[in-house]
Amino acid sequence: MTSPFLRTFRIVFSAIVLVCFLIIFIDLRYKIPSEYINVLIYLQFVPSVLKFYDLRVMAAGGFVIVLLLTLLTGRTYCSFLCPLGIGQDLFSRIGGRLRKKFRRFGYKRPHTIIRYSLLAVTLVVTLVWGVYLLTLLDPYSIFGRFTTYFARPVVILINNFLANILGKFDNYSLHHINVKGYQLLSYSIPAAFFILVGTLSLMKGRLYCNMVCPVGTLLGLLSKISVLRVRFEDNKCTRCGRCAIVCKSSCIDFLRLDIDNSRCVECFNCIRACPDEALSFGVVRIGRKEHKTDESKRKLIAGALLGIAGIGSLAKAQNNSVPTPKKGTTVREEKTYPVAPPGAGSIEEFNKLCTACSLCISVCPNQVLQPALQEYGLVNMMQPVMNFHKSFCTFNCTRCTEICPTYALKPLELDAKKLTQIGRVIFIKDNCIVKTDKTACGACSEACPTKAVYMVPYEGNLVIPETNESICIGCGHCEYACPTTPYKAIYVDGNAVHVAAERPEIREAEISAPEEFPF
Amino acid sequence: MKRRDFLKTSAGAGVAAGAALSLGGYEKLWGAASNSEKYDVVAVMGGNPDAMFDLGIQELGGMGAFVKKGQKVLVKPNIGWDVIPDLAANTNPLLVRRIIEHCLKAGAREVYVFDHTCDNWVNTYRNSGIERAAKAAGAKVVPGNTENYYQQIEIPGGVRLKRTKVHQLLLETDVWINVPILKDHNSTRMTSCLKNTMGLVWDRGWWHANDLHQCIADYALYEKKPVLNVVDCFNVMVKHGPKGVSKEDVVQMKSQILTADWVAGDAAAARMLGIEPEKIDYIPMAHKAGLGNMKLDSLNIRRIKM
Repeated sequence: MTSPFLRTFRIVFSAIVLVCFLIIFIDLRYKIPSEYINVLIYLQFVPSVLKFYDLRVMAAGGFVIVLLLTLLTGRTYCSFLCPLGIGQDLFSRIGGRLRKKFRRFGYKRPHTIIRYSLLAVTLVVTLVWGVYLLTLLDPYSIFGRFTTYFARPVVILINNFLANILGKFDNYSLHHINVKGYQLLSYSIPAAFFILVGTLSLMKGRLYCNMVCPVGTLLGLLSKISVLRVRFEDNKCTRCGRCAIVCKSSCIDFLRLDIDNSRCVECFNCIRACPDEALSFGVVRIGRKEHKTDESKRKLIAGALLGIAGIGSLAKAQNNSVPTPKKGTTVREEKTYPVAPPGAGSIEEFNKLCTACSLCISVCPNQVLQPALQEYGLVNMMQPVMNFHKSFCTFNCTRCTEICPTYALKPLELDAKKLTQIGRVIFIKDNCIVKTDKTACGACSEACPTKAVYMVPYEGNLVIPETNESICIGCGHCEYACPTTPYKAIYVDGNAVHVAAERPEIREAEISAPEEFPF
Repeated sequence: MKRRDFLKTSAGAGVAAGAALSLGGYEKLWGAASNSEKYDVVAVMGGNPDAMFDLGIQELGGMGAFVKKGQKVLVKPNIGWDVIPDLAANTNPLLVRRIIEHCLKAGAREVYVFDHTCDNWVNTYRNSGIERAAKAAGAKVVPGNTENYYQQIEIPGGVRLKRTKVHQLLLETDVWINVPILKDHNSTRMTSCLKNTMGLVWDRGWWHANDLHQCIADYALYEKKPVLNVVDCFNVMVKHGPKGVSKEDVVQMKSQILTADWVAGDAAAARMLGIEPEKIDYIPMAHKAGLGNMKLDSLNIRRIKM
């Protein structure tokens, strides 16, 4: 096909995909159904691999479709489905508008050593230690963090501005939303990547995808043997070089009529740019070209594979993802474990699968999920953790468990969620208002959905909290509601392994309806 | 709550409201009745929330006695918790709807409804059924979820609570109607008229931390008092309040208390729960501050059984 509409189709399709991704991450009204979200993230490569690794059912195997798609059409994933890739195209466009230099790409040699080393190191680290490097480099997760940390707050600020204006006219169709900012340090990694990816895409097209991104490199290996690809009709080519200038991947060596298919992301810019219809997207012709072998590349890959084989067996011995317990006796809140979101199963399992894409943080209607700093250990930075000083977990909500792309959070039915104990309540009597001030409070018990916190007689007319850990589910509403400072008088200590809470005991009321007015 | 159940419940409520209207007889109750006697408290028993309100407000001289033509009215129910109407943690939506209808009938320019919820406000507004009921009746449902909706007020004479931030609607409207639901409360023992004001303010935690009873009584000193209190005692949470755990916490009392005196309203409500008003610290505090009369024996009470 030499149709210029290939490019138009790519732009329209990818724009729709990008908008859909932005919507699910920025949905300020929490109205997008989980099913839609799951359809959209089904084909995201790294989440799908992790989900498959965890579930081992083909239904979770969106990545297989991506692999087959790549074998058939080359790296169309990078241009049509990867939100980070599409976002970079947008940046490139902006860059091109800014300076002429930024829209003239031209052929460059591949960064072979860098890209294959990064792929190999990512594979090794992931197989041996865990998802740490994948968390940093998975393009979908990077995109998720960009939208969650930067785009969403901006949209919220715009929303609040508009809500203010509408409110002045007695219109309340928009409402204010609090931006519960994260701890400053958790912005460091997304900010660094934003600068890296942003600058590269602004100035150099798809250089990030062809130098850093391990998914791009992996799919690039496959696309070397893809059935369909962009190719030269050499008898038509006049060597004008227009194709190379518009190639975001800098992969067209027009003088030699060679296209580096491992870097081509099938954007079809070249087909559109060619005045002589000398480029087309079609079935590859075998045996047309001599392929030179890159020995250093071969060695590197072989080395990496050996490395995986050799130290893979160490993987099982590694078990450092759960933070070490601390014990304290003071009135400071001493958490032995952080509280992982419902559906995590256990902190250890959760840490293994979460790539910190932050989708759960974005979709949590109570904003109780916050990026962790050192709560799970520094290597698991940015994974979501329940922050009960900022908010609490809504009793009848299972939103985060419904949308997790990697199944780090497993789906929980509402009834099951209401009995899933993610942490246990701990009451510090010496901090309690009722004891220190001798005045009534009960904010904790008031909020408790299961009455795991209840009030018992204290001095005089006063009542003071008492707890029943067995029916506590660790929602944190008590901790959130407790008005004492700087330390709360009641808090939730995380469960390393989530367990089933007992059902609250249900008894008939002792008071009956009065027959006559009692006054 | 499952969406299906919610729809069923809501549909049921709608049908009930429609039926009440179509049965007729209530139409004549809309206008001001011509009874000469002035009651301090009107208590109604034995009907649906909307029908009891129709009767009760007639005994108090109709809504026109409280809301004047062209006024902006704030109706403040208890919309604290993300539970369905049957669990009675929030004011009955039928009652809220009926009160709004009476306000508009009396010539109110605009009726507003809001509460500073304890649970997630979007879910709470929705699942309580109040958002839908209020909108259906023609009121504006206003958020109260962020601090910038609240403005600082002074409370001269407050013992502990001397200033606090209240929702701007309270300041912008001409009159407000307090529509609490009677419930057991884990620490103050009861929540009704006076305690419902905690949903008007931004920083409830401060009240909890600084002598809850005294703060509740202090707030009642603030100059903008409700013109009418309607205590919903249709379904009453008698234990595990104020949020409740299951339907076993709820007893159907099919009653309603209407009064302009919120201390009297609280005293009567306490009796419904079988508690002496003196035992609930903020009631005698408010009584002593001259904010109302908790001595039910000295009041002119109209009792109606339907």
